[in-house]
Amino acid sequence: MTWTWFHRLGSPPYVYALAARLTPWFAWPAALLITGGLAGGLVLAPPDYQQGDGFRIVYVHAPSAWMSLMVYMTMAIAAAVALIWRIKVGHAVAAACAPIGASFTFVALVTGALYGAPMWGTYWEWDPRLTSELILLFLYLGYMGLRAGLEDTQRADRASALLAVAGSVNVPIIHYSVTWWNSLHQAPTVMQFGKPKMALAMLVPLLMMLAGFTLYFVAVLLVRLRGEVLSRERAASWIPEVLKT
Amino acid sequence: MSARVTSAARVLAPEPAVGQGGAAAASLGADAAAALRAARLALLRDLTLAFRQRSQLIQPLAFFAMVTLLFPLAISPELSRLRAVAPGVLWVAALLASLLALEFLFRDDAHDGTLEQYALSGQSLTWLMFAKTAAHWLLTGLPLALMAPLAGLSLGVPVAALPGIVASVAVGSVTLSLIGSIGAALTLGIKRSGTLLSLLTLPLSLPVLIFGARATELAINGAPLAAPLELLAALAVLGITLAPLAAAAAVRISLE
Repeated sequence: MTWTWFHRLGSPPYVYALAARLTPWFAWPAALLITGGLAGGLVLAPPDYQQGDGFRIVYVHAPSAWMSLMVYMTMAIAAAVALIWRIKVGHAVAAACAPIGASFTFVALVTGALYGAPMWGTYWEWDPRLTSELILLFLYLGYMGLRAGLEDTQRADRASALLAVAGSVNVPIIHYSVTWWNSLHQAPTVMQFGKPKMALAMLVPLLMMLAGFTLYFVAVLLVRLRGEVLSRERAASWIPEVLKT
Repeated sequence: MSARVTSAARVLAPEPAVGQGGAAAASLGADAAAALRAARLALLRDLTLAFRQRSQLIQPLAFFAMVTLLFPLAISPELSRLRAVAPGVLWVAALLASLLALEFLFRDDAHDGTLEQYALSGQSLTWLMFAKTAAHWLLTGLPLALMAPLAGLSLGVPVAALPGIVASVAVGSVTLSLIGSIGAALTLGIKRSGTLLSLLTLPLSLPVLIFGARATELAINGAPLAAPLELLAALAVLGITLAPLAAAAAVRISLE
């Protein structure tokens, strides 16, 4: 077992080329899965017997909510790897994750509110999941705010990495305390996302959307990573040669 | 400023020579003793400085009282209505006051170079951060807890609830100071960092707010409040274990 593949990740030109090469491998399956999932979810799946066609927003909402957490985890892991082993690419990955994660969180919040309008009769309900999602959005905003506040890239990298790691310790605590808080103040939620008993015709498109969103995230991450590498290495001599082609 | 400098020098004074050839365990014990001694001196130094410059002590308390005053004016003077919102009011006011006080934690030390000397001293920066945070809690968290009964009474809280409120604010503010120390260390040297600091620390402080407000609510209703109080204590223990490590790492990053 050799570690050369791992050490090569320390070289920005290699990472740049690798990201460029890998992007289509994620982007095309993502496009296929999302198209298929949307067709299956919005057209082929039968309407829910209680919620009618309103439930179909779940095909965007649930994957976004899932991704919002997963991107945070990816960000924290990349940040921890970068902090511990001093791998600069990790910082670039973490920095590239944050805006994507914040966007997924925002989409999850908006679709959740739109979902709530017909289901609860109100756009905003202090549901534990929506509340946690809102707090997650602030965690992302704090991370991006810290990066924006620090001009020196190295310091911004390491400070924001520490914040991401500290935040990832806190995310489960926040989640459970919000659930606890909510269980005291109101009856359990009216509806549950991701019901275990879901008709196969509804479930398959949802799983396709989940996989599609995950691959889409990786594809966008790779594109953003190239941007990060370019802006970090803007003084390096390999950049004009790469951009010529 | 000479008082600041000489007192910092005491913390950093050279150690009495530790036998080089001694057993590893003995030198480990000596290192721990030295770290504790430095931490104690740093704690005393921060307390001394604060008592020489009392505005640092009074401002968070005045802010806490002022925020509490806003609510009767904004909601209604009826004590029955105020009593219903009292836990939330008390805890939001305490959270904001402790956030405001974070400014005092590292600012002067970073400004006059003391913090740099701490980092270079060879003493455990983790212990020094723990000492600074402990001093900060003694100077803001504890006074806030002692002040909370006054604010509570003005909101119509029954006298029997006051010990529970003091306990919950005292325990909860430990975690607030610890989380704040990470945020303050990360934002060192950023100009106009106030809003950024609140954006960083408030989301992480929400569990404390939830459990603290719940403990206060139970105390007001005369119910046993052990459960949320124990959760607050658990958060404090977790914070004491991890936060000084993170704060020390953050200070090192900020000083680079």
